[in-house]
This record gives sequence, structure tokens and C-alpha cells, in this order.
Amino acid sequence: MSNRATPVRLRESPAFKVAVSLSIATGLYGVSFGALSVASGFDFWQTMVLSLLLFSGGSQFAFIGVVAGGGSGVAAMTASALLGLRNGIYGMQINAMLRPGGWKRYVSAHVTIDESTATASGQSDPDEQRRGFWTAGIGIFILWNIFTAIGALAGDAMGDPKQWGLDGAAVAAFLALLWPRLKGREPWAIAAACALATILAVPFVPSGVPILVAAVVAGVIGWFSHARLDEGLEPDLDPYAEKHRHGQGESK
Amino acid sequence: MSLWLWILIACVLAYLTKLVGYFVPAKLLESPRIMHVAGTMTIGLLASLTVVNAVASGQGIVLDARIGALAAAAVALWLRAPFLVVVISGAAAAALLRLLGWG
Repeated sequence: MSNRATPVRLRESPAFKVAVSLSIATGLYGVSFGALSVASGFDFWQTMVLSLLLFSGGSQFAFIGVVAGGGSGVAAMTASALLGLRNGIYGMQINAMLRPGGWKRYVSAHVTIDESTATASGQSDPDEQRRGFWTAGIGIFILWNIFTAIGALAGDAMGDPKQWGLDGAAVAAFLALLWPRLKGREPWAIAAACALATILAVPFVPSGVPILVAAVVAGVIGWFSHARLDEGLEPDLDPYAEKHRHGQGESK
Repeated sequence: MSLWLWILIACVLAYLTKLVGYFVPAKLLESPRIMHVAGTMTIGLLASLTVVNAVASGQGIVLDARIGALAAAAVALWLRAPFLVVVISGAAAAALLRLLGWG
């Protein structure tokens, strides 16, 4: 993002490389969001607005997932908002790291997501952090939206989504979002407790609400179990650690 | 039309949540409990969303082709497959099981 002379050329910048590969990988699965959204009953523009304006993969999948399961708009909005809470934490971290001023702060807020924060916090040099954040943030924004549109258009032409296993794709997508966070015994225990709470709640409350029950269970567990901080339960800044181990442990 | 309304509210809330982080005093970051709760809630929500999409059907619990998708995705993740491959495995498993007449 800066034009001043830098010691490392862009193509040789480690943060730039990580950001580009993450942008392509993440952008591509915009196809599955677009297709699933249309399959869940959203129209093309509703799907695009979610990718353009909500722009946070987990929250977007949550929104369409709740509606697909027969949940109400309020429940979908609530699940999406709760799942997006971690972005507020990321905002604090990026603000502390890059100190964007003026209008840049408002732009950087929009592209503050798992991947851009992970790319920045995986670097120790401030210039690299800045490059990583902006390249991943803007790169993913552009590709995610292009591929959402492709998925939405393709999904429309596909007919019965179940025949193509699109409901199975949603299950797989959520598990894949959860998976990198299951490091250590406590995350597994929390995931199991919340899965159980969800199954127990399903028959008794309206669709969408079991997810909120699980959120409360997770919040209560977190509130009372915070003594063991060394188990990596803070919002996972680097769920893609195996792709870029550079500079880990010295940032934050 | 009301779905549009909730979509737009969700968008505004998502942006405000991100923005609030930029205006919060850095001290809050030092509160281990807040950080911890944010982390556990993310895990809990994702676990719940996985289960709901795998077995819930309205207010009932149904075991159908989606369980196959869950298993296929878990295997793909175990083998460290990239996100897109995991999603495709899930879809393929569900589609295949339906083709074979189950779920």
C-alpha cells in the first residue's frame, strides 16, 4: 500500500506471498458461499450484499445456514452478529499493530477478518505486517465477491441443490471453519459440549435458537475457565499456522 | 422483504463490530477473560452450526446423507486437505449417498 522505497521488493516480501496464496484459496471458496446461498433461497442480490457488505465468511455462512434450516431472519442476524464478535477483537489488534489514521481506519475495519489479521500477526516487521494485512484484506475482498457471483449464478442454473449434495457442502464448510481452532483438549471439550447442547435444544426451541443456546453455553464456559490461558483459547489469530509459521510467537 | 431488512441489519452490525475494535482502548485487549470468552464463543458457535446443518431438520433430528458429508469432511480435514477440497468432499459424499438411495 505504500509507495516509498522499501528494503524488500514486493515479490520477495514473505507477507505478500502468504497474502496472495491466502487470497486465492479463500476467494475460491466464495463459489461455495454463492451456490449455497442461492440454494438456501436467497436471491442473487441478497447473496451479493452479504459478500460485499457483511464480508465475514463465518457470519455469512451462519446467516444463510440458519435460514436454510427454517430459522427466522432475527435468529439468522443474531447468529451472524455473534459469530462476528471476534472481528472486533481483530480490529483492536490491527489498530494496535498498524495504527491506521483518518479514512484508512474505516477501510481497514471492513477488511478486518480472520485471514487478513492472521497474515499481519504472522509477521514481526511492521512494514510486512502492513503489506500482509492490506494485500490479504483487499485481495480476498475482490476475489471473494467475484467468486460469490459465479457461485450464485451457477447455483441458480443447477436445479435441486440436494441432488448435488449442497447441504453436505454446508456441513463440510462449517466443520472446516471449526477444525483449525480445535487445538488442545479444552477446545474439543467446548465443541463437544456445544454440539450436545445444540442437539438437546433442537426439539424444544424454534430453528436457529439452538445455535444461540450453544453460544451462551460457550460463553459461560469461557467466563469461568479463563484461568488456563496457555491452551490457546484466545480468538485464534492464526488458524492457518501451517501455511506461514514465520515470526510466530513474537508478535501480538 | 423482511429478510432484506435482517440482511441489512446484519451487515451494519458486522461493520460496526469491526470498527468498534479500532476505537476501543487497547487496555481491553489485556483483559484475558474477554479474549477467552470471545475465543470459546467462536468455537461453540461453529460447533453448533456444524451439528445443526448435519442433523437438524426443522425441530427434528434426522440422520440422512448429511452424516456422510460430515464424515467425509472430517476425513479430508484429517488428511490436511485445503478448504475447497473439504467442501467438495462433503458435497460429493452427500450426493453419492442420495444417488445410492439413502437420505
